[in-house]
Amino acid sequence: MQSLGIDVLFKGINFQRLLGGLWVAVRLSLISVSISIVLGTGMGMLMTSKNRLLQFFFRLWLETVRIMPQMVLLFVVYFGTTRVFGWNLEAEAAAIIVFSFWGTAEMGDLVRGALISIPVIQYESARALGMDEKTLYLYVILPQTIRRMLPLSINLITRMIKTTSLVMMIGIVEVLKVAQQIIEANRKSSPNAAFGVFGTVFLLYFLICWPVSRLAARLEKRWAGD
Amino acid sequence: MDPEVMKSYLPLYRDALFLTMRIGWQGVLLALVLGLVCAAVLQLKLPFIRRIVAVYVELFRNTPLLVQLFFLYFALPRIGIRISAEVCGWVGLGLIGGAYMTETFRSGLDSIARIQTESAASLGMTRFQIFRYVVLPQAVASSIPGILANIIFLLKETSVFSTISLMDLMFTAKDLIGMYAKTLECLTLLVIFYLIMLLPVSVAGSIIERRLRYAEFGN
Repeated sequence: MQSLGIDVLFKGINFQRLLGGLWVAVRLSLISVSISIVLGTGMGMLMTSKNRLLQFFFRLWLETVRIMPQMVLLFVVYFGTTRVFGWNLEAEAAAIIVFSFWGTAEMGDLVRGALISIPVIQYESARALGMDEKTLYLYVILPQTIRRMLPLSINLITRMIKTTSLVMMIGIVEVLKVAQQIIEANRKSSPNAAFGVFGTVFLLYFLICWPVSRLAARLEKRWAGD
Repeated sequence: MDPEVMKSYLPLYRDALFLTMRIGWQGVLLALVLGLVCAAVLQLKLPFIRRIVAVYVELFRNTPLLVQLFFLYFALPRIGIRISAEVCGWVGLGLIGGAYMTETFRSGLDSIARIQTESAASLGMTRFQIFRYVVLPQAVASSIPGILANIIFLLKETSVFSTISLMDLMFTAKDLIGMYAKTLECLTLLVIFYLIMLLPVSVAGSIIERRLRYAEFGN
């Protein structure tokens, strides 16, 4: 084990530090996902409106986040806006703004897709049965929308977790940065630490994202029939 | 903003764009080939190799490219595998892309209902004819949107190459900001150059997607 540098992880509190770094990344993505789900649901509902101006605005927003790499957005917000407006923005705040901006657009598109995929006949049948609007949405439309949306929104969480690894580029000390520090500090005593430590980071990310994407795939399969 | 400064930076950004595009498209190509091969392995249910492919797909789909690149670039040399930053870039991109493409191709093949191949067989078509005239056109049509989305995703992901010290667009912008502190000019150019790289792909993608809808069953 010595030669692969895995021993470094068990020195002192190195492994706890690594997990702490991972938590920084996961926390950022959980905050951003929560904001995205709330704002994205509202946005998705607005996107189904017939208002041309509103549609154009959301289209532009969606295409912007689809085309611009998140890293570029991070740089623009963290270095660009602070320069232009002269405000003080903490790196974590910049990251949350960028990831929510991205997530809201993606989530909005998912909600929109789910809403328009419900056939008109569902609304008409429910009304024909004498349901009022509240009952109609609560018992007919909402359950079907959630079934269509949930697997895709869960996937958004794993995408968010994977993307938060970029925040080390704007100086947030997350798992990759901690890994680099550990490797750097042990350069003399175990020169091969890079293999063990980066390998561990790789596995840690996998252990977090894999169960979540399995869950999404299972839900998708189970609900595909209807 | 100073247009003169921006003009003087242009050649640097242009070189960076070429480098980013070259590595990006090499990665996309590798991803397509890997994806096709892996999807074929899964579809044909080849024993044993199938398991390796499944592990590869899950492993690379569920980890960030940044972490994969760090592993390829910093960790592998420690066990004697030394590859240049550029090769790391496109191999890394190809590996993550291959995993995504496999999923896309597979869901394209899965989307063809069993009844279609059975009907074709009962009409007396040979296995080759069924594959060529029934399965393939529909599978391609239904996986094209996913493939296009993957290509754009991969080209966007090139922005992490700067971490393994490739002189891509991101690296150039960061470097110039560090040296001359012309933040606004550098970031504006960065956004413009990413648009140059990705907007044509995105527009071409939506045109192709619209045309391919005709191939779908029921049109």
